[in-house]
Formats: sequence, C-alpha cells, structure tokens
Amino acid sequence: MKSEEAICMVEAINLALHRAMQDDADVILLGEDVATNGGVFRATVGLKEAFGIKRVMDTPLAENMIAGLTVGMAVQGLKPVAEIQFMGFIFPAMEQIVCHAARMRNRTRGRLSCPLVIRAPYGGGIHAPEHHSESTEALFAHIPGLRVVTPSSPQRAYGLLLAAIQNPDPVIFLEPKRIYRSQNQHVEDNGKALPLDTCFTLREGSDISLISWGSMIKETLEAASQLADEDIQCEVIDVATLNPIDRETLLASVGKTGRCVIIHEAPITCSVGSEIASILATEALLDLRAPIARVGGYDTVMPYFRLEDQYMPHTDQIVDAVKRTLEFN
Amino acid sequence: MNISYKGQITFSQFINEHSQVITPLPEWAQVDKTLIEYYKLMVIARQFDNKAIALQRTGQLGTYASSSGCEAIDVVTASLMSKEDVLVPYYRNHVMQMIRGMKLSDILLYWGGDERGNSTAAQAEDLPNCVPIATQCLHACGIASAIKIRDQQRATVCMLGDGATSKGDFPEALNVAGVWQLPVVFIINNNQWAISVPRSLQSIAPTLAQKALGAGIRGEQVDGNDVVALHQSVEQALQRARDGKGPTVIEAVSYRLSDHTTADDATRYRPPEALKSGWEKEPIKRLRDYLHAQGWWQENNETEWLQQATQQIQEAVDEYLETPPQPVSSIFDYLYADLPAQLSKQRDIAVSRSQNQGQQQNHKEAQS
Repeated sequence: MKSEEAICMVEAINLALHRAMQDDADVILLGEDVATNGGVFRATVGLKEAFGIKRVMDTPLAENMIAGLTVGMAVQGLKPVAEIQFMGFIFPAMEQIVCHAARMRNRTRGRLSCPLVIRAPYGGGIHAPEHHSESTEALFAHIPGLRVVTPSSPQRAYGLLLAAIQNPDPVIFLEPKRIYRSQNQHVEDNGKALPLDTCFTLREGSDISLISWGSMIKETLEAASQLADEDIQCEVIDVATLNPIDRETLLASVGKTGRCVIIHEAPITCSVGSEIASILATEALLDLRAPIARVGGYDTVMPYFRLEDQYMPHTDQIVDAVKRTLEFN
Repeated sequence: MNISYKGQITFSQFINEHSQVITPLPEWAQVDKTLIEYYKLMVIARQFDNKAIALQRTGQLGTYASSSGCEAIDVVTASLMSKEDVLVPYYRNHVMQMIRGMKLSDILLYWGGDERGNSTAAQAEDLPNCVPIATQCLHACGIASAIKIRDQQRATVCMLGDGATSKGDFPEALNVAGVWQLPVVFIINNNQWAISVPRSLQSIAPTLAQKALGAGIRGEQVDGNDVVALHQSVEQALQRARDGKGPTVIEAVSYRLSDHTTADDATRYRPPEALKSGWEKEPIKRLRDYLHAQGWWQENNETEWLQQATQQIQEAVDEYLETPPQPVSSIFDYLYADLPAQLSKQRDIAVSRSQNQGQQQNHKEAQS
C-alpha cells in the first residue's frame, strides 16, 4: 500500500497489521474470512499473500474457539491478533476473554501472559442486519486485566493498533465501523505506536469539555466547530482507551473548563460514560460549574436499521447539551 | 443407498478388573520396571489425595477436587509425556503435575487459596489448573497451533472429564484440531459423574470417544483403570502428534471413587452399589494384585513404599502450612505488566489498610 496517499481507517488498520507482521514474526492473524477474503470489511486484505497461511489463518466459524485459540497461542509467546467479525457475535467468546485472557498473568503470578489482541468492528450507522450494530464496550471495560481501546481516526487507528499488538497484555480493539471509510488522512507508516491508557485532546478550548470516543468523535468535532462560530470554545477529548481510563487528562480538562458533556453511542446506563461521570463527580466536584451532561444511546435494544438514525446521537443534540450546560448557573 | 461414512470405536483392555491378563502384554509390560514405577506413583497419588482431604476437613485447605479413581490415567499419561510436550490440565490432575516436576507443596498452595500454586510449574509452558469446564480444550489447540506454526515436534496433552464433552468448547476444539491437524491428544477421564449428573444424562452416544469421529479425527476407548491399555494408547497418540499425524481423542473409562470435591456429598445421589462396583475395578488394587501374582511386589515393598510416600507428602504439607500468605500488594502486582495509574492508587490504599490492620493486631496482642 502506498502510504503517501491519504487513507481511510480500515486501510490504516491494514497498514498497521502489515507493519506489525513485518516487524515481528510472532504476530499472527486469525479469524473468520480474514485470509483469502481479506476480511468482510477488507481490514486484512493482502496479508495472507504477504505472510502466508501459517501466519494468516481462516478459522472454522466459532467465536469462542477463536478466543480460546488466541489464549493458547499467546501463552506460547505468539502475538495473535484475532478478528471477531462483528462485536454482536463476540458473546460466545466472553468466557475465554474474561475467565482466561484477562486473568492468565495474574493467576500464574506472571509466569504466563496473554499478549493478544481481539479486534471487533462495532457500533451502528451502516444499515446492517440485526446484531451487527451494538456498542457494548462497557462490558469489556468492566473486566480487570483487559485493555479496551477504540480509535477515532486513521492515524490513531494505525498507532493504537500497533500499541495494542505490542502491549504484553490482552487488548480488546474496537473499531468504529461507521467511520471505517468516512475520513482520509495521511498515515505515515513509521511503525510508531501511540500510547495506550492516554486520552487524546483533539481540540483545545476553555469553555466546556466534550468527552467522547469512537465514531461519535465525528459528531463531537462537528458540534465543536459549529459552536466555535458562536464563540463557544470546546475542548474535545478522545478517551481512546476505555479501560484503564486516563483520569488525569479528563480531570485537568474539566478543571480548566468547569463544564462537560459526555458523548457516546452505547446505551447510557452503566456505560463507560457513567464511569467518566462518576470520576468527574467524585474527583472534580468543586471544579464543576454545571451538572455533567450526557448524550448517548437510549437504554433500548438497538433498533433495526429503518429507525437506526433515530437511535444514534446527532450533532444537534451535542450542541443543545453544550448550550444547556453553559446556561446553567 | 450408499453409506457415506461408517466409523467404529475400539475398547482396549489388557489387565482386567480381576487382575487377569486378557490380551497378550506388550514387551515393556512383560518385565517389572515400568509397571512398578506406575504402581508407586499411583500409590503416592492416592496417599496425597487422602492427605489433602484430611487437610480440608480440618480447615487447613480449601475445597479440593479428589483424584481418586483416575490415578492410572494421570500417572501413565504424565509418565509418557516428554519434557518438551505441554500439559493442559483440568482440575483433577495433581499427580500429573507432580510427575511433571511440580512440588506437592505448590499443588497444596493452589488448593489452599494461593495463586503461587500456579506460578512454579517445573515445566514452564504447562498451563495451570483450568476450572471453567472444557475451556482448556481450546487452549490446548492454541498451544498446538503455535507448535505447528513453529514446526516443532512436540505434543500437547489436554485433560478433561466426561461432563466437559457436553460443552461447546470440546467439539469446537476437536473440530479445529482436525481441520488444522494439530499435535494434540485429548484425554477424557470418563469417571461416570459430573458432580451429581451421571454419564447417561450427559449424552446418549454409546461412547464419548465417538465424538471424535464427528470432527473427522481418531477416537478410541480404553480401560482407564488398566495402566497397560492406557500406556499403549497414549504412547501411540503422543507419537502421532509429535510426528505431525494429527490429533487423537482417548476416552479412558474410569470411576470417580470420591465425592466431586470436598464440598460435595455423593451419598445424596449415588447408589452405594455403584460405588462398590467402582472400587472393584479401581486401578491401584488391580495392579497391586497383578504385581503380587508376578512376584514383583511383596508386602515389605508395600510397607516401605507407603512409609516413604507418607514422609514425602508430610514434608510437602509442612512446607505448605509454613508458607506465609502473599502480601496484599500481590493482588495488584500481576494483573498487568505495567500497573495502570488508577490501580496504583488502589494498591496504596490496600497496602496501607493492611499495615494498619497489622498494627492493630500487634497492639491487641501486646494488650492481652
């Protein structure tokens, strides 16, 4: 792939996989349709041709099996990167992820570990069939021993995926498929990993902090841009690593602005947004000049796609939430 | 109509429950050396089991899963494994772990509620006990995949019970082991019980070994109380795996002579006559009677070995009981390679609470 051209997120993921496999012979890929087909979203195109079927493996169709295999491969010192085709199908793999991958280092006192990555496209907005559009990142963020990471741009997808692969512990890498191809960026193929466990401040501002991740970063930046026309300066923070959360960056931002809106696609109850609101309420109460506002999905089942658009949070909701928060005295 | 597929499952037995040779013995079993070795290890296993249960009953060990009745399976399999092979146990394979070089005191440490019992496998690649049923079958396939990717001549041995064959991980593992021709041997300890649920309620398949046929791989049944039958099957399966000839399922038919664990009471659900019949077939007595009949093992050998085994186990018990608990910081220190900032704060709180408790304790002791 020519890295001089601006590329989209799914191409950046592909680029990172190429780079990781080239730099480290222990990196292997497995999943449904990842080898010959190159993945249903084409994230793994060309990798079988470049690295062979010993390192890029089409698996039988069983998500639990994929996760269990990665645990066994990882304790042998391989660095498996498994694809779960859609996050909605990851649930059979939960036992392997929660009971084994997340705990291996701890329960063996560091004798064995699970340096594995499980990639899964997630979220709505592409008119997919049922079970293809949910955002259940909070289920993973709740599990000690895991890292949960989601990028929001091609550049961060490249750097964060390299970081996830290099990390010595299991990483759930959630790919916001709605923005897989919505933005093109120049991504330098320099093999440089971005830091995990760190928020990214995408836009600095002094009036209010907008805290989001994944695909909703798109609407959040749009809202910030619209509000700038009204002379409202929003700070936009991409949380990026949903566990462990970089509290310092969030607290510093809200310490500066005194106001915040948390934006995500997942149902709001017991979400990562709930945790962030709790952190801010617990540790930044005296900095807050208005209640923490939240824009998120309804606490409903993700509707089929004819009503999907009405479920998803939109830019105008973020703008409204910002204005309400700023009006609070 | 044509037959698309026809399979069969063999059952192999050399020394029957009356200690009689019913199939001509292979050469190695016509001399005493290996059989005596197997016998001695089985005796240690049973002694260890009795001791561990006694420790639990006296509040000195947590819930413990007995290995009584599966000694032959575990002793033979672990003895045939090479150092380079990898063991993926479930939670009843204490004697395998011992034969693989793990200290008995560490095995007790695990059942005594201390993670360090998992940290010191002499074979560093062996997995620790696996509690969630059948999940280990997939780990074994992952390990076997790594072995295959790296072109190594090693086998992975996955242990499981009869109940585990009902869980999806098992057929999923057999399936991928077949498709990828993985160097793995699955050994089912069919001890007839999954806690209170008998074998007949797990599956109406006449054998569990035949589940291998559905995945297109080799399956066979052996008498799990007969060390000779086990030796023949396991040795061949291990060699096939190491030679890149693919996976095998061995269903070893045994009988659980104990409760499921020390937290269970099998008299609630198991007819006494079933247990009696289990004891009539058990592996240790069977081999002892055979060795006696051959004149290879006398009363004085037995007394001497029991003494030696008891002493070895008592030393392990003493070492276990003398091991102080880990510091509270250990709850945090192995979760991630690098402790995240938030956890570092929680660690400080836990350490400080523990220090305060220690001080209060000292204060109380000083006062009393």
